[in-house]
Amino acid sequence: MRYLRFLIPLAAFAVLTGFLMKGLWMDPHTVPSPLIGKPAPAFRLTQVADPAKSVSRDEMLGKVWLLNVWASWCVSCRDEHPVLVDFSKTGIVPIYGLDYKDTRVEALKWLDQFGNPYDVSLFDPDGRVGIDYGVYGVPETYVIDKTGTIRYKQIGPITPEILHEKIVPLVRKLNA
Amino acid sequence: MLNRLLAGVLALFAAAFWADAREAVPVGQDPAIEQRMMKLSEELRCLVCQNQTLADSQADLAADLRQEIRELMQKGQTDEQVKRYLVARYGDFVLYRPPLKWATWLLWFGPALLMVAGLAALYGVLLRRRRLVADEPLTADQEKRAAALLAEDESQPS
Repeated sequence: MRYLRFLIPLAAFAVLTGFLMKGLWMDPHTVPSPLIGKPAPAFRLTQVADPAKSVSRDEMLGKVWLLNVWASWCVSCRDEHPVLVDFSKTGIVPIYGLDYKDTRVEALKWLDQFGNPYDVSLFDPDGRVGIDYGVYGVPETYVIDKTGTIRYKQIGPITPEILHEKIVPLVRKLNA
Repeated sequence: MLNRLLAGVLALFAAAFWADAREAVPVGQDPAIEQRMMKLSEELRCLVCQNQTLADSQADLAADLRQEIRELMQKGQTDEQVKRYLVARYGDFVLYRPPLKWATWLLWFGPALLMVAGLAALYGVLLRRRRLVADEPLTADQEKRAAALLAEDESQPS
């Protein structure tokens, strides 16, 4: 009974410390997306490379694909880009770009300079489609399945670890 | 010389004033909607700078979202519908007042629970303390000793 006086506050302290420790390893900028498991919002956007050609969400039905939100002004996209360029060469999954709040000239220059991992880049100059997809920090990447459902969202740059531990296994599963 | 300096300073102030006037944020056409939008966005979190409201934030996304809210309101949507629109895209996190559900139960009632626990602990401590100083009647023996001590004290004043 005497020990209890000390054990209870100690236990409470341990629990609190546990939560705070967990918090140390969590990124406060990663907000779980409510869109996972929901249909990908519809869009019809022109291509960065060709304003005369457009792509809509419904044209993507029937295949598993990645939607990678990027912009020429986005600094962390530069870290991510080589990973995507390498990954695109494996041909495991089509990568579509969403060029977010950018200009065509800058975007094309960027792709020229750093390489183009995208099957197609869609042009979203006013960020409207970005808002529909809940984009708040570029880069972001969505894995969308054959029925047009969002299965995964990566906030922030894709690293080789995330690619091989999360995205590739998920794409394989969805394609199986 | 001094006059020139003064004129220069005044000119600087004037320049600052005009620059400021030019940079003023353009206000939407409809003041009623503008007011509703600002009021609502004070309850919404900017996802880029997370400790600011959408109303306060200078982030690009916040400006876009304010514009989006403006347009939704112009289309006749209620505040509730606008909130639902944003929650569907960004999750409950955009709301500064999160909805009451099992996942947020602790968030809502945790502070009250802590206070109740604290008050209970305080009450317990006070109760115990009162018991410690509680008056206990002296036994007959103690009474006699006390009387003897007092008498002794009186017989030899210091």
